[in-house]
Amino acid sequence: MLSLTIYISFIGAIVIGTLIPANPPRIARVLALMVAVAGLAFAVAGFIAGAGQGSVVIVDKLWVPAMGIHYMLVADGISRVLVLLTGIASVAGILFSWNIENRANQFFAFYLVLIGGVYGVFLSGDLFLLFVFYEIAIVPKYFLISIWGSTRREYAAMKLALFSFVGSAMVLIGLLAAYATSGSQTTTLVGLAQAGLPVSFQMWCFPLVFVGFGILAGMWPFHTWAPTGHVAAPTAASMLLAGVVMKLGAYGCLRVAIGLFPHGLDPWAFTHFGLASWRDVFALLAVIGIIYGALVALAQTDFKFVIGYSSVSHMGFVLLGLVTLNQIGVDGAVLQMFSHGVIAGLLFAIVGRIVYDRTHTRQFGELEHMHLARRMPFAAWAFVLAGVASMGLPGFSGFIAELQVLVGAWRANPLWTIGAGIGIIVGVAYTWRALQKAFFSDIIPGAHVLEEEKAHPFAPITWPEMAGVALLGISTLAVGIYPRILLDQIEPAVKALLGGLQ
Amino acid sequence: MNEITTGFGILTLLTALPLAGALLALLIPRHARGVALITALASLVVALIVWLHLPADGSIGLVERLNWVPSLGIEYHLGVDGLGALMVLLSAIVTLMSIDAAHRVHHQPGLYYALVLVLEAGLFGSFTALNFFHWFLFWELSLIPAFFLIKLWGGPKRGPAATQFFVYTMAGSVALLLSFLAIFLSTATPTSPGTMDFAELTSMAANGSLAQMVTAHLGAVMPWLAMGVLAGFAVKVPLFPFHTWLPAAYAEAPSPVTMLLTGAMSKMGVYGLLRIAIPLFGPQIAAIRTPLLILAVATIVMGAWAAAAQKDLKRVFAYSSINHLGYCLLGIFALAVPASGAATQASQAAALNGVILQMFNHGFTAAALFWFLAMIQFRTGGLRGIDDFGGLRKPAPVFAGLMGIALFSSLGLPGLNGFVGEFLIFRGVFPLSWISATVSVLGLLVTAVVILTVIQRVFSGPVSDHWAKFPDLHHSERLALAPVIGLMILLGLVPQLIVDGVNPTVQYLLAHWRF
Repeated sequence: MLSLTIYISFIGAIVIGTLIPANPPRIARVLALMVAVAGLAFAVAGFIAGAGQGSVVIVDKLWVPAMGIHYMLVADGISRVLVLLTGIASVAGILFSWNIENRANQFFAFYLVLIGGVYGVFLSGDLFLLFVFYEIAIVPKYFLISIWGSTRREYAAMKLALFSFVGSAMVLIGLLAAYATSGSQTTTLVGLAQAGLPVSFQMWCFPLVFVGFGILAGMWPFHTWAPTGHVAAPTAASMLLAGVVMKLGAYGCLRVAIGLFPHGLDPWAFTHFGLASWRDVFALLAVIGIIYGALVALAQTDFKFVIGYSSVSHMGFVLLGLVTLNQIGVDGAVLQMFSHGVIAGLLFAIVGRIVYDRTHTRQFGELEHMHLARRMPFAAWAFVLAGVASMGLPGFSGFIAELQVLVGAWRANPLWTIGAGIGIIVGVAYTWRALQKAFFSDIIPGAHVLEEEKAHPFAPITWPEMAGVALLGISTLAVGIYPRILLDQIEPAVKALLGGLQ
Repeated sequence: MNEITTGFGILTLLTALPLAGALLALLIPRHARGVALITALASLVVALIVWLHLPADGSIGLVERLNWVPSLGIEYHLGVDGLGALMVLLSAIVTLMSIDAAHRVHHQPGLYYALVLVLEAGLFGSFTALNFFHWFLFWELSLIPAFFLIKLWGGPKRGPAATQFFVYTMAGSVALLLSFLAIFLSTATPTSPGTMDFAELTSMAANGSLAQMVTAHLGAVMPWLAMGVLAGFAVKVPLFPFHTWLPAAYAEAPSPVTMLLTGAMSKMGVYGLLRIAIPLFGPQIAAIRTPLLILAVATIVMGAWAAAAQKDLKRVFAYSSINHLGYCLLGIFALAVPASGAATQASQAAALNGVILQMFNHGFTAAALFWFLAMIQFRTGGLRGIDDFGGLRKPAPVFAGLMGIALFSSLGLPGLNGFVGEFLIFRGVFPLSWISATVSVLGLLVTAVVILTVIQRVFSGPVSDHWAKFPDLHHSERLALAPVIGLMILLGLVPQLIVDGVNPTVQYLLAHWRF
């Protein structure tokens, strides 16, 4: 069932890209929506069917016999949760791309290729296959941004592509080295994990691969592609970038770097600057990312940059949770991947689409004078919902996720928790500041302004916008109120993964 | 960890009811007011049923307990004792009054009433939750609607007032959350991930194992955790010097919202002290009892003096609220001594009974005062200065009479509800800390002067021509006010109606606390 998510996305992309004309754009987008909804349906069905099951091999065929490469798709609880996230994010992204008029067929074709690649990464059971899907997912991003993007789109697209390729190169080196060193004629994740790679090899291969994937997860100080990329990208692409593409990186860190090279996390024989292992180094980078992202978000004047930097901060929680290497911390990291995917998608949709398409500005200085709470109440209240979810208020998915990361971090090293806690407080501040400035400013309009506003009301909110907000809002709320929907699947999978490290 | 599970019950219904009403009000804004009134009335009925079904021994009843997030020790755990049920009742009464008083809200009524009902759900939830996560959810949930009610419907300086309110309360919440995180992390055992359950933590604190575990895990941080928890509640009540957000918020909020803020939300802080701070941190609070008592006395005296110095009636009542809640803080901090002998225990019981009664009485008396103020503003086009009026007794005798009763109730006149709580607090505090009781009497005197000044300036004296046609209360207003004023008199004459429900809980709580 889950494997269908991959195939239907690629088939949809080919059909839309080659058979459907660019005009009128309606055909392409309706078809794309149908494909995405079908993908989501398969993801949900696979998620439900997977309840209570551990790791399930969906398909396993020898692909390149000479190198022992398998076409192998495997799903465990972590994969199923992230596939579900991808399904939700892809449907929401198309709903918020309803206004794409320019070369719509190509836009949606690239979009679906990206989605198919993401599904593929989350389901790959073979390292080489995972890498292939990973590359497939990266290429369309470049075109989505450079063709349909906004602010400095060529620069942002190129920057993103270069960062991604550098990361990929590092991953590829690690992959080949692992294959060569293991001597076992296989590239499956299970096979490589059992190959007993030497500790000294893992010690240098782990940081290489972790950083390689970490770049895409927005790891400080390699995060700089993220804010510019998010801002330049068209709304749907920002939603996917923050919502699922950054998760690819985090997923790679967990599944490949930690899963294959666990001894890379062992303590060194020496201590420098209080750091005694790669684990300490990456935890430190994660905590810096959390605080730095939050502080920079606090200083932005462009609404979309606030959300862009907030992604860096929230992804820091994922990376921190991963290196805690304890059950609750990694549970939290996986839950945070889902949670941030949904919340960031919602924030980008509101800022980049609902608001920007009507106001044509993202500067707080201009938005302050527009009285958006009154003129665009739907956007304002949707942002309140997304904002409090992003702040980590209880009742929303972010709270449980970040709380678990904090608890896990505490058990690993209390200092990490304190740093991350500071990030949460700054997170409240920048979210609230953005909310106040963009929607609820205190500037009192003069009579002529009111008349002007009355004469030129904003376009009404369309049904795809409402549906998209509802889909994402309900997702974060449902997981926040009853996190066991996801945790019941995440916990055993994480347990198995961590158990394999011993 | 206990594996007791029950189904959902009446307390879930109680919290769900206003949320459903809020949704309905949003969907049919045209009839939002009707929806809100019916919802609030239904909630009041449910709250009364809850109040009448308390366990006779003062323990926690109507328990609902379900697994929620086992890995974090989070349970869906609800229950009420006399304290919780009384606060639920108060919230239901004050919300109904507030909704009734809000008939002038014409701007986005659907949203307004929805937010008020969400706030009510937050109040109900936080007064019935017995697990920190669950409680914290509703504690924060009530903050969001309160912020927007001030921000969107408030007076001219609502923006800064709302922000200040939000920032202060949020800072307190963060301190609370961090303290509880530390407790959760410290209570982990090989068989459980840690606990956030109030009942479990209370019994662990009573036998000393909580302090041991925290100290073993984190070092000597118990006093700091106590401070963190106290800070969260001190802001909410508020305790001097954490009160600075309050006058602006109360003054800028529309009067019906001020009714909710002072009538019900301020009680969340006092309730938190009684449900969380004292049970978990008894010895730590007892250790800093003297500075806390000094702050409580300062709250009482300075609240009263500040009220005397105000020209804006709304600010007069705002500072007067600080003063009245100061008595609650005085009673709570004073009783934080190791019980030695029957005399001390009797004093503690008196003080605690007084505190709980004072919470209830101040709640609806203060709400009533702001209600009258809203009516005055409505009749005079928004005037509310203490010197703007004079002689209103003549054109509006019923108005003056009923507001007079509410004012005297606030003053603490024997025979009205306000007296009983304050009397019991002083009766209990005097043997426990005679100095603070004696200095606090000053607050009583100044409050009396303040209230009498208000009566004199507004109702007595010559009528200016301007107000000769000040309309008296019309029938619907009299009808709405009658039960409130009646309750003030009834509870003044027959305080047993409340005391009989509260006293078993007081005895039960005191038997389970350790200082």
